[in-house]
Amino acid sequence: MSQLLEVNGISVTFDGFRAINNLSFNIGRAELRAIIGPNGAGKTTFMDIVTGKTKPDEGTVLWGEMSRNLIGMNEARIAQEGIGRKFQKPTVFEDQSVEDNLLMALRNNRRAFAVLFWKPTDADMNRVSELAAEIGLSNALGRKAGELSHGQKQWLEIGMLLAQEPKLLLVDEPAAGMTPEEREKTTDILVEAAKTRAVVVVEHDMEFVRRLNCKVTVLHEGSVLAEGSLDHVTANKQVIDVYLGR
Amino acid sequence: MLKRLLVIVLAAVCLATLAKAQDAATQATDDLGPMQQVLQEHADLIVESSRRTIGPAIDAVANSGLEAAQTVLEVWQARDMYQRIEDGLFFAAEETGDDIFTLTDFDTGVVVGEVPDDALEQIKPNSGIRSLIGTALVSFQLNDPDRAKRDEAISSLERRGNAELLTPLRNSIDGEPDPALKERKMRVERLMTITYDPDEDARIEAIEEMAGDLGVDVRATLNPLVATTIRVFPDGNVPADLNIAREVEPGSEELPVAEAYEMLDGPPMVSSDDLRATLQDNIVDGRVGGIPVAELFDPERREAAYGALVDAGTIPPRPTAEEAAQAVEDATFVAVYAEPNPAITAAANRALGKIDTNVGLNQFLDLGLDALSLGSIYFLAAIGLAITFGVMGVINMAHGEFIMMGAYTGYVVQQIIPNHTASIIVAIPLAFAVTFAAGVAMERLVIRWLYNRPLETLLATFGISIALQQLAKNIFGTQARPLTSPDWLGGSVVLNDVVSISTVRIAIFVLALVFLCVFLFIMKRTRLGLETRAVTQNPGMAGAMGINPGRVNMLTFGLGSGIAGIAGVAIGLYAQVTSEIGQAYIVQSFMTVVVGGVGNIWGTLLGAGLIGALHKGIEWFNPSNTLAAQTYMIIFIIIFIQFRPRGIIALKGRAAGD
Amino acid sequence: MNRSFIGRNPSILIFLLVLAIFTIGVTFMSEAFGAGMISTSFVKTLGKTLCLALVAVAMDLIWGYAGILSLGHFAFFGLGGYMIGMWLMYERTREIVESSMMEAPIPPTEQEIVDGIGNQIFGVVGSSEFPAVWAFADSLVLQLALVVLVPGLLAFVFGWLAFRSRVTGVYLSILTQAMTLALSLYLFQNDSGLRGNNGLSGLQNLPGLDDVSQDYVSMWFFWGSALALALGYVFAAWIVSGKFGSVIRGIRDNEARVRFLGYSVEGYKLFLFTVTAMIAGIAGALYYPQAGIINPAEIAPIASIYLAVWVAIGGRGRLYGAVIGAVFVSLVSTYFTGGQAPDINLGFYTIQWVDWWTILLGLSFVLVTLFAPQGIGGLFDLVSGRHHPDRHGADLGPDHGSLREEEAEE
Repeated sequence: MSQLLEVNGISVTFDGFRAINNLSFNIGRAELRAIIGPNGAGKTTFMDIVTGKTKPDEGTVLWGEMSRNLIGMNEARIAQEGIGRKFQKPTVFEDQSVEDNLLMALRNNRRAFAVLFWKPTDADMNRVSELAAEIGLSNALGRKAGELSHGQKQWLEIGMLLAQEPKLLLVDEPAAGMTPEEREKTTDILVEAAKTRAVVVVEHDMEFVRRLNCKVTVLHEGSVLAEGSLDHVTANKQVIDVYLGR
Repeated sequence: MLKRLLVIVLAAVCLATLAKAQDAATQATDDLGPMQQVLQEHADLIVESSRRTIGPAIDAVANSGLEAAQTVLEVWQARDMYQRIEDGLFFAAEETGDDIFTLTDFDTGVVVGEVPDDALEQIKPNSGIRSLIGTALVSFQLNDPDRAKRDEAISSLERRGNAELLTPLRNSIDGEPDPALKERKMRVERLMTITYDPDEDARIEAIEEMAGDLGVDVRATLNPLVATTIRVFPDGNVPADLNIAREVEPGSEELPVAEAYEMLDGPPMVSSDDLRATLQDNIVDGRVGGIPVAELFDPERREAAYGALVDAGTIPPRPTAEEAAQAVEDATFVAVYAEPNPAITAAANRALGKIDTNVGLNQFLDLGLDALSLGSIYFLAAIGLAITFGVMGVINMAHGEFIMMGAYTGYVVQQIIPNHTASIIVAIPLAFAVTFAAGVAMERLVIRWLYNRPLETLLATFGISIALQQLAKNIFGTQARPLTSPDWLGGSVVLNDVVSISTVRIAIFVLALVFLCVFLFIMKRTRLGLETRAVTQNPGMAGAMGINPGRVNMLTFGLGSGIAGIAGVAIGLYAQVTSEIGQAYIVQSFMTVVVGGVGNIWGTLLGAGLIGALHKGIEWFNPSNTLAAQTYMIIFIIIFIQFRPRGIIALKGRAAGD
Repeated sequence: MNRSFIGRNPSILIFLLVLAIFTIGVTFMSEAFGAGMISTSFVKTLGKTLCLALVAVAMDLIWGYAGILSLGHFAFFGLGGYMIGMWLMYERTREIVESSMMEAPIPPTEQEIVDGIGNQIFGVVGSSEFPAVWAFADSLVLQLALVVLVPGLLAFVFGWLAFRSRVTGVYLSILTQAMTLALSLYLFQNDSGLRGNNGLSGLQNLPGLDDVSQDYVSMWFFWGSALALALGYVFAAWIVSGKFGSVIRGIRDNEARVRFLGYSVEGYKLFLFTVTAMIAGIAGALYYPQAGIINPAEIAPIASIYLAVWVAIGGRGRLYGAVIGAVFVSLVSTYFTGGQAPDINLGFYTIQWVDWWTILLGLSFVLVTLFAPQGIGGLFDLVSGRHHPDRHGADLGPDHGSLREEEAEE
């Protein structure tokens, strides 16, 4: 099976600090992957590079069947290619209703003129209701996003990501600040999503990662330290050293 | 018969009288001093006092070789020479009492006596004569033992040379004891040689010697040599003896075709205005040349009407455009030097070429100094902003008004303390205190409620800015108030005739350097600087470590504002103090900080330098238009930010935040 | 979601109704068509106020909705005025020149008329040649097109440069202010081709309508301004009501998020910046014929700041707020600076409002920013119970320090 995303030998330096060092990473079309690593391992920078926020000093990021290089594209272009990203802090548009938030994220023509004359079709409205049901916000469609609880905002953001219908979902610490029940629901949403697309989850919480039950990539000092099942990598000597300190 | 007899008798009597007078004069001359004799010889000329005829009299005195000659000329020039009516003798006279004059003899220098003014006739040389006397005097003064007189004589030669004084000047050089005056004498001698020496080689040598000299006097001497006039030779035969600079092409900017045609004495061209006037003069029964006036809005019909008038013989024919062009084509136009000697003009041109190159280089240096001082002013205006905006991230649109407050503080202090030096010394700390207090008040009352809301800070400080501006207008009025710099800042440092810089600007430059050091010291070496940086980077953490962020912010903001106040005093010395003085600098100040790179004082320094250089550079291309310079500068900055959005010195990496 | 556009925005109907009542009321009280209770000069003031309300709506679109604090929109307003002013002045001068030349014994040629106009217009700046920018001044249609095109083009070029390099927040504000300063300094020059600091004058006289009294002309412009405001308001409401509105509000609140949703933030900003510049140009083209004169001082950065003041006082992020702010502040300003307000005698000092009004305005602006960020429009929320989410002190602009984003570097 060909890979959806192939990251080859990327490096990036900030003021002499090598945040990412010759990192390579692959993920298939419908796969759930967790990335773990201590603070400063380069997890967020890695996401920044894939989504076009940061330009690497070297290396390539190849995408899709055509293996197009994503480096040099801007964030909006990459998002339109089918990469969705969820930030650590829930970022939804608090001044707008849940429905508006979802409508904005729906996969449609993103050009200014098209958006200006755009009217929601029945299909669009159905999709919004479906998504709202999926993230458990059916009753909150008319509410302002700012009024939601922290966990609801996280789900709304995931819902918006799903509405984009991305081929690859990058999720940064989705479980942070959630109650145990909320975590469970989040796990379900992510596992479900990974059935039809690639999902990369960055997470600190081992318990949460274990529940995802997927292949794990360990990052350390900007490069891949180990890869495999959670049990496999946690048995790795190097990984233990990194996490527990030498 | 009787009549004839009478004439003869009369003539005889006259002759006798004349002879008697002659005798008396001859007899008198023997008793008189040598100078009085010279004067008496030319008494008529002296008394008559006409610029055209006085020459021989002055020459006689000047060339008499007598010691008294200089005194006579000086007294004469000062209108202190009087003639005693009784015997026609000349004396230096001084009014010592009420209408009583004391007479001094020229030859002996002895006081001859006191006489009432009605016994004397004052010799009143007009200004023309006095300048001739002055010229004659110069040759004496050049050797005068009094240094001031020699100085004056040289200055007089520098202003206006004179062919006849060339030799006296040369003779005076060797005997000149004062080295500075000697140098000036030699320089004037060279310049006068260029203009007046009859010997061609000497002139050329002098020209070549002065080549590359930056003095305005050299250019003033050389430029008349290469001045040209355009002359026309209708048949194309240019006389060979003319010193021709170049041929002039009609139709060039120097000589438009119409002007060229006017130089040929052909029949005049008819302009469209003339044509219209002619037609107007020849309206007959509502028609001109048979064409109804109503049709004459059409240029072609006008031509036709004019043609009809010519055909009818009413008016003379005019040359057609082709004829005029042909006439101009046939003629030769040349620019001719006023100086007939080609070797001289060639040498002068070469020398001027060298001077131009040299002047260009020095102008560049001068421009660089100008840019540096303008950059210093921008830096001064921006450094306070570099603290409040650059370090704290607070947009203070009232920063310009703090500059204004500083400037007005300086003005008020000057009203109270008249001594300029003392008032500046008092004004600087006072301006700091006033604006520091204003800054602290503003931070406590407004800004601290708006941290992390930059746009709202911007708006609120706008409000303060317009209120402060209007307040200043209400208090001080709209007219500009002068802030006079002390005398020791009044002059300028002159390197040569091209490069000079006013002392105020040097002082501002020094002040800018001092501020830079103070800023670096406070930020890097003091507790306040450390706390400021800590609070800026992480207020929560800083607070946890026992730093009071409110206090630090207040002090830092006060410091930035206080520096703006001092900058205001400095800027007030250099520009007029009005309520809008801050407005003139606020945009440039923000540009300076943004272009340099926010949060980095070296960036601000570079930004100020860049903007100053740019401003002066653009002004140099279009010196008449400072508005355009500002316009283009801002456009340049907008484009610059395209390429370095974070300024010249940018913070990099994740530390810069996202 | 299937309700109609007006149905979802009842405030539009209310606004249009109020505007219509106001217009009809003024008409019936005017000297031209009614009881004469309102002087012609006050009709002009009201008409001008409507134009200011229109430019405030444009400002609200770009600032209140998209979070871009532009300090350049009054420059676009002025440019619109200049464009229509060129035609008015040219045609008006042509009439004068023609009528004086017609008295001469020989009728003037076309060239003589043009030269005469040039002399009349540019005599004050020591020139008589028509600069290239006046090439279309004899055509009303083309100049009307330029009213929209010139501000639009300037906004497009500037916006393209600024947004492309991701200059945001206060940096963008300062940059727009610099642009405004550059433009006004440029126009201050005598050889800018627009009569330097003399500006264009006599714009209140419509060419060919000498026998129509200003009473009527002022009413026409008043109606025109009211119509333009109505159309502009509806257009702005339409823009912000749909998904486009969602996107630009999203840009205001979190630019990066919108970008990761796949929207080209720069394109949206550029579109809105250009469109609002065009609206500002139209407002200016209606304003200056009522003011009668335009000069570069009108474009000075302070004017754009006042525009922001109006919108802030009226209430950002709601269109009627902008209108209320512009109308309220400009009318109150007229009252205080026009000398109508009685002086206050404090015994030791007499407060003259002409001098003190600006100070009061500045301070009240500070107070509004500090204590009533919703502005006057916020009062309506008390009535309607509209609720604002607690923004935890986050401002309405883009993220703090957006400029420092990594992507801004190259």
